[in-house]
Amino acid sequence: MLKGKAWKFGDDISTDLIAPGRYYHLRSNLPELAKHVLEDARKEFAGSMNKGDFIVAGKNFGLGSSREHAAIIIKLAGVSAVLAKSFARIFYRNAINVGLPVIICDTDKINERDELEVDLSKGIIKNLTSGETLTFPPLPDIMTEILKEGGVVSYLQKYGDFKI
Amino acid sequence: MGQTIVEKIFSEHCGKKVKAGEIVIAKIDLALAQDGTGPLTIKQIEKLGVERLANPRGAVFFIDHASPSPRKELSNDHMLIREFTRKTGAILSDIGDGVCHQVINERFNCPGYILIGADSHTVTGGALGAFATGMGSTDVAIGMAYGKNWFRVPETFYFNLKGGFPRGVYGKDLILYIIGMIGADGATYKAMEFGGEALPNIIMSERLTIANMSVEAGAKCGIFPTDEITRGFLKEYGREDKFREIKPDPDAEYEKIFEINLSDLKPMVAMPHTVDNVRPIDHPDLKNVEVHQIFLGSCTNGRIEDLRVAASIIKGKKKHPRVRMIVVPASRDVYRRALKEGLLEIFNDFGASINNPGCGPCCGVHQGILGDGEVALATSNRNFKGRMGNPEALVYLASPATAAASAVTGMITDPREFI
Ligand code: SF4
Repeated sequence: MLKGKAWKFGDDISTDLIAPGRYYHLRSNLPELAKHVLEDARKEFAGSMNKGDFIVAGKNFGLGSSREHAAIIIKLAGVSAVLAKSFARIFYRNAINVGLPVIICDTDKINERDELEVDLSKGIIKNLTSGETLTFPPLPDIMTEILKEGGVVSYLQKYGDFKI
Repeated sequence: MGQTIVEKIFSEHCGKKVKAGEIVIAKIDLALAQDGTGPLTIKQIEKLGVERLANPRGAVFFIDHASPSPRKELSNDHMLIREFTRKTGAILSDIGDGVCHQVINERFNCPGYILIGADSHTVTGGALGAFATGMGSTDVAIGMAYGKNWFRVPETFYFNLKGGFPRGVYGKDLILYIIGMIGADGATYKAMEFGGEALPNIIMSERLTIANMSVEAGAKCGIFPTDEITRGFLKEYGREDKFREIKPDPDAEYEKIFEINLSDLKPMVAMPHTVDNVRPIDHPDLKNVEVHQIFLGSCTNGRIEDLRVAASIIKGKKKHPRVRMIVVPASRDVYRRALKEGLLEIFNDFGASINNPGCGPCCGVHQGILGDGEVALATSNRNFKGRMGNPEALVYLASPATAAASAVTGMITDPREFI
């Protein structure tokens, strides 16, 4: 069960907003890069979020470059999951690969600072502030398995190959 | 039911007939990473405990994004890449060789291949009739280590192209038009397949531009069938033997079909801060837009054909005093040709700054970071806030012709006035 507060973001949050190119030199120093996560979208986010909080965004979250660092630093910052109306393709897969849960749901039903409780296996989001319950569809099997192992590297270390 | 190009390529790589929507494991022919994503790819390969790459000659590492290195941290990343390629036999494309997507298509990519790359613009390779897609560092690490990865075979949007480009209109204008029409998420998870009677009018450099930006509509790939133009391109690079016919079945099943007549198009510009914020050049929003920096280059529009078009517009002129112009040939080969054809002299006389082949200022690492409130007109593919190194700056995207015309006037300018 994941629990935390909602931080709202708009549509089309690009990987340039998540992990700006001007911090390119920090890519091999991810804890340092994580201090700048989403800086160009909401400056106060990295400094004031609490471990376990959620990113709650509009459509097409993570569009742009393939930089996996974007998904990694969101996870490193302590975000428990990203909720969005839709995700860009590469970001979505990267997130699963690094063990960051990504959830597609109607995020208009969630407000800034709402207290959320997410059950990944049941596909349920409880909004403790509004009292509303949202549901989301399960991931494809292979992605569920990868997420369960905490990412694709641990998955492959365990199974030695993909099980399809 | 017949198959789309993508379904055919996946079928060949899975050893069975597959269709859109299936999750498959496919063999990888070619994998690339660059200096921003490669170090993580290398770390993940090491974490997987794999010492020998499945196919070292099909694994290519590029030092192109921060090239030459502007900082010691990046120099250390470069050292890691050089050491890894030396140790494993993977191919290294070092400083000055050029942008990964240009070099991979000049030298390595082939029709019918599956090419994955730890860079979203790997989709450029679709121009040669390959399934080419961008993935994260870890997925590319898996591809390099095991020679395979899992994929969901995408559904296809078919773009039926008719007519020919009018004067002053190019592949860049077409793809900007398409992105403006379907939106930055209009083709998310889908393949974009281009075809139709206009194909003989779309030369390879335009195809590379169009495929390159398919990802800006969210697509998994942008793909062309192969033809005499493909053969000619391969021949130019001494690889004619790699030519093979790639085309969809006549009764292939498409999720959506779009009809576009190239003859109807105008020069197009993407306004800040999203690539789908597109206007035709004569739109009132583009009146009196003063520009400070012109960037001619990138994997989208840094080819010899692009440089020729721009040079023909600026020849004998001087740049507007407010403007600085940065020209970055996409590869060593482009640089050599531009040198030989006298284009670099034209740019130099015009007052442009000519940089070494590579990504240049495209992604905001170095070589042309914008100041607060400054406006750039770039021939690259992204204008997200902060893209060129400063979230307070504005980036417009357009064709090399529009960029060249605007360098002359200092304002965003319709290139048709100059051609
Ligand atoms: S030129 Fe720009 S878009 Fe192309 S690979 Fe380099 S940074 Fe990426």
